[in-house]
Amino acid sequence: MDAIILQILNGLDKGSAYALIALGLTLIFGTLGVVNFAHGALFMIGAFCAVTLSRIISFSHEVIDETRTDFLGNPLKVDVPYIYDWFGEATGAAIIDWSVPLSILFAIPIMIAVGVIMERGLIKHFYKRPHADQILVTFGLAIVLQEIIKYYYGANPIPTPAPEAFKGSFDFGAMIGFAENTIIYPYWRLVYFMFAALIIGAVFAFLQFTTFGMVVRAGMADRETVGLLGINIDKRFTIMFGIAAAVAGLAGVMYVPINPPNYHMGMDFLVLSFVVVVVGGMGSLPGAVLAGFLLGILESFASMRQVIDLIPGINQIIIYLVAIIILLTRPRGLMGRKGVMED
Amino acid sequence: MLGLKKKDATLLLIVIGLTMFAPFILNPFPDGSAMAQFNAGYPDLMQRFVIFGIFAIGFNILFGLTGYLSFGHAAFLGIGSYSAVWMFKLLSMNVIPAILLAMVMSGLFALLIGFISLRRSGIYFSILTLAFAQMMFALAYSVLTPITGGETGLQLALDDPRVLGASQTAGGNIPVPGLFGMEMRNSFDLAISSWVFTFNVGYYFCALILIAAFYLAIRIFRSPFGMMLRAIKSNQTRLNYTGLNPRPYTLAAFVISGMYAGLAGGLMASMDPLAGAERMFWTASGEVVLMTILGGAGTLIGPVLGAGMIKYMENIISKINSDILHSWFAFLPDGLEDFIVAIVYPFIGKGWHLTLGIIFMLVVIFLPGGLVEGGQRIAKWLKRGKTEDTKPGKSTEPAE
Repeated sequence: MDAIILQILNGLDKGSAYALIALGLTLIFGTLGVVNFAHGALFMIGAFCAVTLSRIISFSHEVIDETRTDFLGNPLKVDVPYIYDWFGEATGAAIIDWSVPLSILFAIPIMIAVGVIMERGLIKHFYKRPHADQILVTFGLAIVLQEIIKYYYGANPIPTPAPEAFKGSFDFGAMIGFAENTIIYPYWRLVYFMFAALIIGAVFAFLQFTTFGMVVRAGMADRETVGLLGINIDKRFTIMFGIAAAVAGLAGVMYVPINPPNYHMGMDFLVLSFVVVVVGGMGSLPGAVLAGFLLGILESFASMRQVIDLIPGINQIIIYLVAIIILLTRPRGLMGRKGVMED
Repeated sequence: MLGLKKKDATLLLIVIGLTMFAPFILNPFPDGSAMAQFNAGYPDLMQRFVIFGIFAIGFNILFGLTGYLSFGHAAFLGIGSYSAVWMFKLLSMNVIPAILLAMVMSGLFALLIGFISLRRSGIYFSILTLAFAQMMFALAYSVLTPITGGETGLQLALDDPRVLGASQTAGGNIPVPGLFGMEMRNSFDLAISSWVFTFNVGYYFCALILIAAFYLAIRIFRSPFGMMLRAIKSNQTRLNYTGLNPRPYTLAAFVISGMYAGLAGGLMASMDPLAGAERMFWTASGEVVLMTILGGAGTLIGPVLGAGMIKYMENIISKINSDILHSWFAFLPDGLEDFIVAIVYPFIGKGWHLTLGIIFMLVVIFLPGGLVEGGQRIAKWLKRGKTEDTKPGKSTEPAE
């Protein structure tokens, strides 16, 4: 029993990342009808927003510390971040420590801007072209974005730690009445899951309870009629593209402490996210979220020792296997609407 | 000639000319000159030109004719490589059985994967092929290590049980792949004043196969079977309504193009008897898509051009470094020189992928027909320049 709970918990954080990326992909597909292969790159750009902010705030100047000396007996030169000068040492250190959560604020405007520029500048011209062309041009864009990031940040992963308060793990098993040290779970993964749940909830609430969201949903159902009612649906869809980009970017920001970002992390997640979207059903938002968590948990179950001993290699292929089976037996995915991309 | 129309025969002759005289064409600059780094006429690179040419021709039979975009074609390349290396290990160092087995194995896998994947079309087909390829990559990398060599890749060893032939040469080395005594790595250098042209056995072997593959592709394009594939691309529903089942045709195209990929993989292993799982990774599948689109999907010569261009860029542009750039722009005033070098620098050397991505995007946006369409447009523009008042003929669009 405790092993099962442990695997479910382990699956949650990866599942959250899948769900967030797949949610963004589905938003774009549902509103604009575009298959966006550059979505993984948006995830990666989000992660690098966190790296950038942590670099900006720890930007420092050298100060000579008279009280300490180096091994030659000269006064020691210490790097002091500018932020210490402005806010005092205690507040400054706290801000640097909390750089990853702070990056959320930093990333939202950047990601929305990136998304809107992408949509207006490039993807707008591809609505009328076949899906294959959309895949190809966004695939090219993904390569370009990835190479730009690689040029500025190098090819190696950049470790960016979580705040001190969330480092380490806690004994989840002891809290719910199992023996001690059976279910150990890192704090940050729990934070990531809650954050993902919050974002997913926010997106759904936005679509469900605001007028803007209502218009967008109407546009997803019948774009032409909404246009005939005198609503500028294109503008709203552009904003939705920005929001989808922001969702992917935030998923990237918070993923940084779990996995140090490198320039190809987007591509690694992209392939899996597409599989997630297809399993969930093209154009179905709840389907994308459900499939994201489901596949994340399945993946972590498949990497249990007992399962691997039974079927060697299953942890590597489980997601693809599930996707193939779903695609062949239930063409519209788990929760896809009838008639949407069913051929 | 050979059952070809005049236009296709010209195309075939062009390809024959290009491949046979490649050592000359690709080495236009004398050795030791400043431009010598643009020479691509060394065996390793020339072999890659033709091998990826074959791969792209095969991919084009599927994507260019039927419009089914496979994102997992590199899997067949990998299977071809593995089969060929196993043939070298077990049977003999002759390349013929290795290549035959590579084609048969990749054909069988293509039959299986195609049979399942072709139940769906459009983006679903792309994802299914991608999923299969990723599965094979993951398995080859981990569980199938006894067969595939895992992370280190499959290599020849000194104690291979080679049935026809010795496991070691007289000198105690691993024998090299050959064709009835001609070793693939043998080269013959021809020095004409300061030019050095290298003629490599392996390259000419690959080039002959490329010509055969190209000829077969022309015949497929012009055959009733090819017409049927085009019909599937333009309107599958209408084809269904006329009472035809498109599935056997697409499956046949998928298997043929998988066998082309296997052939390319087998040749790759014949040139360098080594196979690794990274050949099956999905970026490798993406690369062949780039080649085909860049050259011109659905055209005969496009994929070959695209493969050549990408491999040329990969090897030549990636070698340019900032010193070379500085020497090029040395004639400019100092500040301007540094400025231009700083602008150009991200696009060369390690950044060649960026150049590739940008060129690819430009091609998809402005030239959906690839380089071939670009060439046709230029040709048309030149023709119009000569005869001012002839209007371009009305093209007939099929009614939808």
